[in-house]
Amino acid sequence: MPVSKLVGAKVRRREDPRLIRGLAHYVDDISLPGILHVAILRSPYAHARIKGIQTEAALQVPRVVAVFTGSDIGDRVGAVPVASQNPTLRVPKRAVLASDKVCFVGEAVAAVVAEDRYAATDALDRIRVDYEPLPVVSDPEKALGRESPVIHSEWPDNVAFRWTLKQGNLSKVFKDADKVVKQRLVHQRLAPIALEPRGVVARYFPGEGELTLWSSTQIPHLLKTQLSLMLKLPENYVRVIAPEVGGGFGSKLNVYAEEALLGYLAMKLNRPVKWIEGRRENIQATIHGRGQVGEVEVAAERDGTILGLQYRVIADIGAYHQLLTPGIPPLTGLMLSGAYKIPAISIEVTGVFTNKMSTDAYRGAGRPEATYVVERMMDRVARELGMDPVKIRRKNFPKPKEFPFKTATGLVYDSGNYQLALDKALKLVGYEKWKRQQKRLRSQGRYLGIGLSTYVEICAMGPSAAMPAGGWEYGAVRVEPTGKVTILTGVSPHGQGQETSFAQIVADELGVEIDDITVIHGDTAVVASGIGTFGSRATAVGGTAVLQAAQRVKEKAREIAAHLFEADLEDLVFADGKFSVKGVPKKGITLEQIALEAHMARKLPKKMEPGLSATAVFEPSNFTFPFGAHICVVEVDPKSGAVEIKKYVAVDDCGKVINPLLVDGQIQGGIAQGLGQALYEEVIYDENGQLLTGSLMDYALPRAKDVPRFELARTETPTPVNPLGAKGVGEAGTIGSTPAIVNAVVDALSPFGVTHIDMPLRPEKIWRLCQAKEAASAGGRR
Amino acid sequence: MAARTKVSIRINGTAYSHEVEPRLLLVHYLRDVVGLTGTHIGCETSICGACTIMLNGAAVKSCTVLTVQADGGEVLTIEGLAQGEELHPIQEGFWECHGLQCGYCTPGMILSTYQLLLRDSKPSEDEIRHAIDGNLCRCTGYQHIVDAVQYAAKKLRQKAVGNRILDPI
Amino acid sequence: MIPAAFDYLAPATLEEAIRALGTHGEEVKLLAGGHSLLPLMKLRLASPTLLVDLGRIPSLGLISQEGDKILIGALSTHYQIESSKLLKEKCPLLPQTARVIGDVQVRNRGTIGGSLAHADPAADMPAPILALAGELRATGPQGERRLKAEDFFLGLMATALSPTEILTEIRVPLLSGRCGTAYLKAPQKASGFALVGVAVWLKLSASGICEDIGIGVAGLAAKPFRAKGVERRLRGKNLNPSLIEEAASHTAQGVDPMEDIHASGEFRADLARLYAARAIQEAAKRAGV
Repeated sequence: MPVSKLVGAKVRRREDPRLIRGLAHYVDDISLPGILHVAILRSPYAHARIKGIQTEAALQVPRVVAVFTGSDIGDRVGAVPVASQNPTLRVPKRAVLASDKVCFVGEAVAAVVAEDRYAATDALDRIRVDYEPLPVVSDPEKALGRESPVIHSEWPDNVAFRWTLKQGNLSKVFKDADKVVKQRLVHQRLAPIALEPRGVVARYFPGEGELTLWSSTQIPHLLKTQLSLMLKLPENYVRVIAPEVGGGFGSKLNVYAEEALLGYLAMKLNRPVKWIEGRRENIQATIHGRGQVGEVEVAAERDGTILGLQYRVIADIGAYHQLLTPGIPPLTGLMLSGAYKIPAISIEVTGVFTNKMSTDAYRGAGRPEATYVVERMMDRVARELGMDPVKIRRKNFPKPKEFPFKTATGLVYDSGNYQLALDKALKLVGYEKWKRQQKRLRSQGRYLGIGLSTYVEICAMGPSAAMPAGGWEYGAVRVEPTGKVTILTGVSPHGQGQETSFAQIVADELGVEIDDITVIHGDTAVVASGIGTFGSRATAVGGTAVLQAAQRVKEKAREIAAHLFEADLEDLVFADGKFSVKGVPKKGITLEQIALEAHMARKLPKKMEPGLSATAVFEPSNFTFPFGAHICVVEVDPKSGAVEIKKYVAVDDCGKVINPLLVDGQIQGGIAQGLGQALYEEVIYDENGQLLTGSLMDYALPRAKDVPRFELARTETPTPVNPLGAKGVGEAGTIGSTPAIVNAVVDALSPFGVTHIDMPLRPEKIWRLCQAKEAASAGGRR
Repeated sequence: MAARTKVSIRINGTAYSHEVEPRLLLVHYLRDVVGLTGTHIGCETSICGACTIMLNGAAVKSCTVLTVQADGGEVLTIEGLAQGEELHPIQEGFWECHGLQCGYCTPGMILSTYQLLLRDSKPSEDEIRHAIDGNLCRCTGYQHIVDAVQYAAKKLRQKAVGNRILDPI
Repeated sequence: MIPAAFDYLAPATLEEAIRALGTHGEEVKLLAGGHSLLPLMKLRLASPTLLVDLGRIPSLGLISQEGDKILIGALSTHYQIESSKLLKEKCPLLPQTARVIGDVQVRNRGTIGGSLAHADPAADMPAPILALAGELRATGPQGERRLKAEDFFLGLMATALSPTEILTEIRVPLLSGRCGTAYLKAPQKASGFALVGVAVWLKLSASGICEDIGIGVAGLAAKPFRAKGVERRLRGKNLNPSLIEEAASHTAQGVDPMEDIHASGEFRADLARLYAARAIQEAAKRAGV
């Protein structure tokens, strides 16, 4: 008999067998007869005029079929799109291949098409581009200066957009406050580094007029729409397939030049084409995350009550917009209340063009920045007031009965119990014990630090009214004639495990074996519509759509069963996967039997349509707001600057949990990424716009040895926003962890008078701060 | 173009023979010539470990080995690990412990685990983390991977006959 | 990501390999484990027209004892060194160093000879070879040549090997008596190479005096070097923490430290002092101070 209540159980993943056997198909694993390979020539200059391109020598390389430049393509492929309603937005045209000038290192200038990838790569070396270098600006603050080089001549101030939000009487609050604490904060640029780089295969059937594009994307349906616009093909002749996708973290939540370019090449050459991004290309030409420099001011009363917060931030946009570039900093703004009651808040965002790759959504997308600002400042203010960081947080949390809680930024937090999560984390970590230990070790010249972060984030994106391109999700459930169940979803999982969690939801709802269910996603020709996977939305929004479709199937099945039993609908009961008439449990009819009847269609109620399937589109009424408390204990060696994480505790509340195994996996992976930002990761461009961290030899990701064993716990506060009660968990770990780690290191170094360090907390930075202090105190002694 | 060279390599127990360019990387040979696409490419600089395979009993990054260097050798890839439908205990561990998310690093991670357990049947957590230091995972935060390796080690010890717990292919 | 085309030779004997070097001139490169050369070729920073693969020459990958020396074939992999029982017992500095090179896969493939001949300033292996005052043997058209480790490294990726010579063997002393060794490194986070790596071996007399000491430093400068000033300050002395610290503070003296995005010269120099002190301390502890 089917197991009831799979929801909430640790069900091992149904997608794993193909992955652990090496039998899954990522884009590069797809081969088509006659396929050609594309290699892309990218600009070595951050800013230069293209005076000419010679491709003849490249065409002489054996097995090379064609070489394309920007002027070959002209207007036949539209510009890379950006989705934003910001009225101040300035949109420079981003062609799929640059023809007049290049604005960042890695911008595509030519494409070689060859019979194999070795020949295509060889030919790249033979293309001669005549560049006239132009002045470069890579620092966003300098880009705003009067003397700065101008990137797009239409906008001499290099401003890409502005966005502001103000609520409350800020000037009064800051005038009357007992304490005002100011801090400059840098959120460094990060490279998402999904382990599978991007890749595209495109095939065109001229007879059918159909373009099929396989892409390593998080948003096949949105990509299909945009491709049809860029390629000027009717949308109903474009099919996008996201096959197995090797991680995204927001970097594949986009519409990239290469996707449209490959579509164009397939049509132009009448042969299938493939482009697989190399890692160096990936760091140059796949979106970056973060990239904000801000000044924050917090006003507080002596007792720790936070009165107001102002944040002026410069967002480093890069040379062009990608799909959601201008949408990320506003998310920071909206979340600036953090987990606290802050009556007055203002944010001023200035998006600035620089000669770099675009920033866009990277895991957390705007919320890690907000959380970092708020959580760093809670510690700063606590220190100024001589309070324990725990106490100041407690003081400012909204109480459970205050939910739904409206923030000064205009959001309505759905549900929460922030105190409970913090208490649980404090107990789990042994806060008081560590405090004593810290004191003891300091007297021996060892520096322990304890860092907290009590975050709240915004996810389950989201109500369509608040989204740039729709926030609903599509789900369908179809019972096949043999009783097998097919789920179709518009979300596009790439590691999150919805082939399992959605099957759990439907297995429970329909009372069928999970092994009789399959989940199909990522093919626009099979799944009617969808938005995709990002913003921790797949389960909360997409899962709800699937649940509602299953409920509709069940209702129809009930009607069929009632008809077959010649009973009233109300007299039917559903248990153990069977419908039966009240009081006659032995004479039941299974979903499988009903499905067959539904398809044979001989004994259906009058006017009922044959078949047993249903679709649902779920439009959420609000976002959801997961929260939690992370506590990190570090030891810092002031002599080498090394940071050792001694303990890491995370209590997260993502609402109702569908599969604890998957939730833990998301949290652990998220924390590791947040740790990467705190300690190691940074995309560095020099003043000439040259990328200095262009490969994994120079861009450091956390390795197994760098990451401690995380101790996880949960509280479970369901959301009222959707019937699953699930909030979402994809980004929580990343959002919660970074400030906890930084706060811990700053705490460790407080004997050195350190109140803040900008990320990443590389050993040299720590060493310098400690050296400076030692030098100063030595000087004092003399 | 340089003269092609004939190579003969046993892969997952099957003998293959091809004429290849000397510059052909082993990972491209496996994927594009032999058609075994379970071995992945994640960087260009021998850092990420997604392309890890066993060559003559040792885990290697197949993006940094020329096919001609493997001539006459024995290769084990992810596709050769399961016995028919029966998963290898390491694969089982990754499945049971949710040791993967997007799955892209997984074949390399599994082969590095294979190497570890070939040399040490009872590794500590620190030793496991040291042993998978050459394999990057961006999804899991490594914790479930460590659990998976521990699961596999235990399972293999239970199955061990004498001291041989793995066939050192 | 893909190397430029080249011709390939896999000679079965050393003589054949040397001949190939002689006839092809500058454009020829030797291939050992390939873990230094192939990455450069993939990035097309190196594009030899001929690659001579030493991997088919038997006997270049053996580790053995001869009198008071341990002989290490140039093609011995880092893993062979890390796991060699002979080395672990008689010259543990090499296994200690090998263990922290790259990662398992790199150690399985990368060779000691390849690493030394490549002379990457951030490679680990030169440090212990310098500390141990190892001897390197190279064979060319004129026969075999013996080189002191100290004379081998000339500068950034430059060695005393002539273009037609092949490094065949490294000889290190068998350590006996009250010896202690240690290799400590501050890794560059992304690549795992050494920002600074310090290798120490020392020998104590029965009464605990430091009879002899060797200190090799990698990562700090364009070429790995022996910290003779530090050695001199410790030789013949009773080792104690403050003496060690004082001596180690001279590690970077007269050295022009490298600088990059990962560490300034100033930081590297200070790390060298710190790691030298800690490595000496550790070696002394192992020797029973």
